[in-house]
Amino acid sequence: MSDIIKLTEPFSPEAFSGLHMGDMVEITGTIYTARDAAHKRLIDALEARQGLPFEIAGSIIYYAGPSPAKPGSPIGSCGPTTSGRMDAYTPALLDAGLIGMVGKGPRSHEVIEAMKKHGAVYFAAVGGAAALTAQSIFEAEIVAYEDLGPEAIRRLKVINYPCMVAIDPSGHNIYEEGPRRFAQ
Amino acid sequence: MEQKTIYASDISEAVESLCVSAAFDLPEDVQASLERARQREASELGRWALDKIAANTTIAHEERMPLCQDTGLVLVFVELGQDVRIVDGRLDDAIQKGVAKAYKDAYLRKSLVDEPLFERVNTQDNTPAIIHYRVVAGNELKITLMPKGGGSENMSALAMLKPAQGIEAVKDFVYNTVVNAGGNPCPPTIVGVGIGGNSEYALELSKIALARPAGQSNPNEAYAELEKELLERINASGIGPQGFGGTTTALAVHIEYFPTHIAMLPVGVSLNCHVARHKQVVL
Repeated sequence: MSDIIKLTEPFSPEAFSGLHMGDMVEITGTIYTARDAAHKRLIDALEARQGLPFEIAGSIIYYAGPSPAKPGSPIGSCGPTTSGRMDAYTPALLDAGLIGMVGKGPRSHEVIEAMKKHGAVYFAAVGGAAALTAQSIFEAEIVAYEDLGPEAIRRLKVINYPCMVAIDPSGHNIYEEGPRRFAQ
Repeated sequence: MEQKTIYASDISEAVESLCVSAAFDLPEDVQASLERARQREASELGRWALDKIAANTTIAHEERMPLCQDTGLVLVFVELGQDVRIVDGRLDDAIQKGVAKAYKDAYLRKSLVDEPLFERVNTQDNTPAIIHYRVVAGNELKITLMPKGGGSENMSALAMLKPAQGIEAVKDFVYNTVVNAGGNPCPPTIVGVGIGGNSEYALELSKIALARPAGQSNPNEAYAELEKELLERINASGIGPQGFGGTTTALAVHIEYFPTHIAMLPVGVSLNCHVARHKQVVL
């Protein structure tokens, strides 16, 4: 397996341009959690030409809804949720400046085309390994939609968050190419 | 049979402790099955995922943290002995109370909304659990609890096949359901299949199949053979751990069957993610 590539804030399409499908990476910096209900609100805000609750340009969204933090912990278990449910919302967010997504599972053709246009990357974390991934989250703060509970948008400070380049900026897609390699 | 008295509060406590243990402690049968998969997985990325899953199992158990942040909708199968008398409360209330207490006190995620279509307001305590009751002989109360996450549950499928389509159509439907789900249900999965009954019972059977220890075959030899054949075919699909490509797409295929109508061949499929939580208690 190739060496682990360290990705550190600030994130940019230039910094992502050398990433390839299957690369192992560790992310250090600020990322934002958002999933189903939060995405709907973000898109409603874009359509109403209102500001978004965080700077979307150059940002990474983590599709996650953590379990509650125990006293003394910044966060509970926090693994990725199924990314495909956000596909309908994602091209508009990529147009607005989003450049990275962390989640699990395949993406739609429309999302991949929008990623190619903007030089964005889709990272896969291991679904269900949520106690492990919580070990690389050091701060968590709700920045919007607190009423959504686990679906609120949280600003996370992560250090060496482990994931893999699932779809790279040129559109190479592990969910297509990986299974093809092993199909008997 | 001598009648047995069970206090509602004891049922609540038992359910609470099953919920907590399900969230933190991966069943040993699932751990063993994952470990076997890790030893023989051919894909490097697949082994990476299985290594992370093994590390996660240890951390969750030792730190008393949920294995997965999605601590699920709680599915409960109750086998109530007809000689059991429940006192100081209703059985249903007692189960719901146990679920609510576990999800609040153990910092498990509350993932339920009160209605599906309009406001979708969180119920704040992860109730209601979905409970299936069966009245059986005896004076024991058996509770099987399976919290199940949304990612895998969203991949469930039902087919009302024609008897003329037969066994090949059943195989294709199960295979296609798993392959179309791809990396979404967090493979390696356990594939629950219910064959027969009617539409809703085929799906219930597929859930009952998931409650079986991972890899335990159906006692009927023909069905056990079908489980084995389907598992081999599914693992030859190449989907692999997390959908990254590899040789372990499913850990096991479990089939349950039931009598059905002369005009029908229902097949229900439910997938369980690798965090295949199932816990049981007998009171």
